[in-house]
Amino acid sequence: MAGFKEIRTKIKSVESTRKITKAMEMVAVSKMRKAQDRMRASRPYAERVRNIAGHLAEANPDYVHPFMIRHETLRRAGLIVVSTDKGLCGGMNTNVLRLTTNRMRDYAQAGVAVDAVAVGGKGAGFLNRFGAHVVSQVVQLGDVPHLERLIGPVKVLTDAYLNNEIDEIRLLYTRFVNTMTQVPAEELLIPMGAETLRPDRSALRLDYICEPDPQTVIDDLVTNYVEALIYRAVAENMASEQAARRLAMKAATDNAGSVIDELRLKYNKSRQASITQEITEIVSGAAAV
Amino acid sequence: MADVKTLKVEVVSPEEEIFSGLAEFVALPGEVGELGIYPQHTPLLTRIRPGAVRIKLAGRDEEELVFVAGGILDVHPEAVTVLADTAIRGRDLDEARANEARKRAEETLANSTAQFDHAKAQAELAVAIAQLAALARLRERS
Repeated sequence: MAGFKEIRTKIKSVESTRKITKAMEMVAVSKMRKAQDRMRASRPYAERVRNIAGHLAEANPDYVHPFMIRHETLRRAGLIVVSTDKGLCGGMNTNVLRLTTNRMRDYAQAGVAVDAVAVGGKGAGFLNRFGAHVVSQVVQLGDVPHLERLIGPVKVLTDAYLNNEIDEIRLLYTRFVNTMTQVPAEELLIPMGAETLRPDRSALRLDYICEPDPQTVIDDLVTNYVEALIYRAVAENMASEQAARRLAMKAATDNAGSVIDELRLKYNKSRQASITQEITEIVSGAAAV
Repeated sequence: MADVKTLKVEVVSPEEEIFSGLAEFVALPGEVGELGIYPQHTPLLTRIRPGAVRIKLAGRDEEELVFVAGGILDVHPEAVTVLADTAIRGRDLDEARANEARKRAEETLANSTAQFDHAKAQAELAVAIAQLAALARLRERS
């Protein structure tokens, strides 16, 4: 029978672990709410930009934005992999990285080279560790996604597409379904399908005056649209992160609770055993006298 | 339109909805010059420079001031939408950001092998997934 003092120390240590996981759970709950709000706030902008870009593209059918032109052969692809900076959030990063690895294997089998952009520390570490060609990366994003920090890394890929160096760009991130479910998702960002930019039929078609000229404005709008999509992916990823962490920490807290219960039972048993033994010794000692 | 004296004004950025409401008049810093927009303006689409957007609220004397770091302005006869950038943009600045990101990646790229090791990567992920599955099963049992 293990010494009950040792068990007591063990109980104490599990108790303090439980305190930490409990605190992390509560932090995640409050951060999750804010992250969800931010995720929702990014939607109207992307909608508006898409509508206006769609209107303009329809009004100027002779100009097609390069992002909408499909390259004939697929030789090199760009992947934007969105992951979290911190761990302890369940299988979320593992799932999105598995999706990435599968995609890269498919590309490798088809003889397509891959340029990766890593958003988030976990993905960056993973891709670098396994020797992926990482052309740019952003890590330490914090709790609030800042578009400012995403522009540069993404521009590396979009520029490459414009220069015909890359033939498609895909976006991989974790989609926030609800607080219990987050699924890894993959989207073809560029080339965009013509239907991507189709505006709402209900909206009026107007002849715009464009300053300085329609082409410049369409270019700007399409770039903004792409950035808004990436921003949304990062915002969803952050909401997913907090939700996944809350779940993981809740499970950890529950587990710590059951471990403590088990240990306490063991502790009481061993304490009782030692008392019984002591009494037996005294009684048999007295009988001998 | 019953009331042609007001405009629906919306200022949105990718990060948040900055302003939404009815106005009588809006003044903004357009790329080619300061713009003043009244209801029933011709449809117009232009870029705006960083600066203040002044919004004269409908039926009230005060003006709402919103600062934008540039963006795109979309004008309809009854509505004005400002698609604001959250960051100060500019071709040179964006280029600088891209270069910086590229440089950071090159540093890490320098000390890694050229080929992505699919087998190893999958092996590591498989282990992680197996661990998670085992944990889930453990939890179900208890």
